[in-house]
Amino acid sequence: MNPVAGGAFALATVGKVVLFFTVLMLAVMLATIFERKVCGFMQDRSGPNRVGPWGLLQVIADGIKNLLKEETMPEQAVRPFFLLAPVLAILPATILFAVIPFASPLPTPWGLVEMIVADVPIGFLYVLAIGSIGVYGVAMGGWASGSKYSLLGGLRGSAQMVSYEVALALSLVPLILLTGDVRAPEIVSMQQTFTAGPATYATWFVFPLLVGLFFFFVSGLAETNRLPFDLPEAEAELITGYHTEYSAMKFSMFMIGEFAHVITVAALVTVFFLGGWDIPFWQGDNIRVLSDGTVIGEPTWWKTLLTLGAFGLKTSLLVLVFVWIRWTLPRFRYDQLMDLGWKFMLEAVTVYILVIAFVILGIEAVGIPAGGWYAFVLFLVNLALAGALFFAMDRGTLIRGGAKGARSAGGDAAQGQGG
Amino acid sequence: MPGNVKVVERPRAESSYVRAAAKGMSITMRHLLSPNKKTQQYPDEKWELAPRTRGTHRMAVHEDGRAKCVACGLCPTVCPVNCIKLVPAEDENGERYAAIYEIDEFRCIFCGYCQEVCPVEAIHLGVHYENAEYSRERWVYDLERLVEQEHDVTALWDPQDPASQ
Repeated sequence: MNPVAGGAFALATVGKVVLFFTVLMLAVMLATIFERKVCGFMQDRSGPNRVGPWGLLQVIADGIKNLLKEETMPEQAVRPFFLLAPVLAILPATILFAVIPFASPLPTPWGLVEMIVADVPIGFLYVLAIGSIGVYGVAMGGWASGSKYSLLGGLRGSAQMVSYEVALALSLVPLILLTGDVRAPEIVSMQQTFTAGPATYATWFVFPLLVGLFFFFVSGLAETNRLPFDLPEAEAELITGYHTEYSAMKFSMFMIGEFAHVITVAALVTVFFLGGWDIPFWQGDNIRVLSDGTVIGEPTWWKTLLTLGAFGLKTSLLVLVFVWIRWTLPRFRYDQLMDLGWKFMLEAVTVYILVIAFVILGIEAVGIPAGGWYAFVLFLVNLALAGALFFAMDRGTLIRGGAKGARSAGGDAAQGQGG
Repeated sequence: MPGNVKVVERPRAESSYVRAAAKGMSITMRHLLSPNKKTQQYPDEKWELAPRTRGTHRMAVHEDGRAKCVACGLCPTVCPVNCIKLVPAEDENGERYAAIYEIDEFRCIFCGYCQEVCPVEAIHLGVHYENAEYSRERWVYDLERLVEQEHDVTALWDPQDPASQ
């Protein structure tokens, strides 16, 4: 069966856009209630449980409340940008989802429909490019509010997101070294086992790129502006920073943007490191569409549903980790945040890229073909690197206030080297 | 560095961010999984109040439904915040009764002196805490309202242990 083409392709794409947007918004709604429930449980409370079964309809009640509340417009605000900022907060997070494959291809009478909204050839670069736009919502909202607190929040947000974008992009370079392709569906296929077609690695990239996952996750956390990196909206110092002056649905849009961002980053981690929609230990779902249109494997509709479930499960688990971290770790101090980004993450990721590049060079010089053994060697290297990394972080003075030598006599800000 | 800042050296186990973070994560996960939640489902499950809880007042009544109050004037006298308004009157049999008896529950500090001083055990504090009202005026309880109250009355002392020993 060939992939759909022509009018059927356009129709299928429109259908997928509508479907995926609905599902994403529903997922955002569920994520808010999920976060409140998990947070409640972690604090030995029961969370919202009054509206609907298990409090599931609470989000609808909140939505109605936010729609009916008064929209305030501060006198000092710059109206066009003030109105534009919430849109810019939502937009990048939602359109990022377009390049994420969320299930195995679906066979239809008109051809094979790939379960990805836009399989652009530069998939992964698109992620980085659109991810950078997210900073506009924060910076613009902070500046256009005409409030000093918001401005500070916006400035912090832009500095933080620009800083961590570097580490975010670099942490994915080892992935490209391994796959040699930036298309997201291809990255998923590379993590599956095939008997025919180009060689793959037969294992999720969490093993051969363990340290890369760590860096990507930390930078992703910083990109979503959530604890421990939520300095732009620090409640205690900045009264929630860049959205202080927003009310009702405009405020809600910032929140929806944040949750959509969380889900998107979780989905990206799933695709890049946890095999995407791949179901572990089962070869039946290994379906690959090569760029020339050849299909390897047997797509069926129930496989699409199953893999969709697997993708949803992995993403939800990652969202749980996000929530878990949020309700555990305290916020970094601003200089610690910048130190972590520029003095630790950037260097460590660069070194990591070099090490992985040389190891790959070595493996290919020895002549191990791409596949399980190739991944295993990389896994061992990563284990060693992870050990070294955590040892360095443990010995490091990133968060220590009073470490010996942390403050030099000259009074310069050289404290807090992260490892 | 300006001044003389004391720098405390701590052992690695206390100062390591990685270890502290891991410990914190394990604590939150333990609480997440623990089925022992502390929330009380309030409107469904209510507090069990102690018998000596002091809440809004209640007036005791005779069997025929008249308030027991004899308008002696002791409670407005003893009230430290002056929240009781009493206008006495006399009926055809020469018995005194309260023509107006109002307690401003907003002003009341629930000290319980009125109950303690009452010679005929008419006015009581109540074991009661759900007092939401739509207007401030509703917080001034008149005699009729005090008689209508149905909650338990406060025990000023434990009958088994009157001297609080």
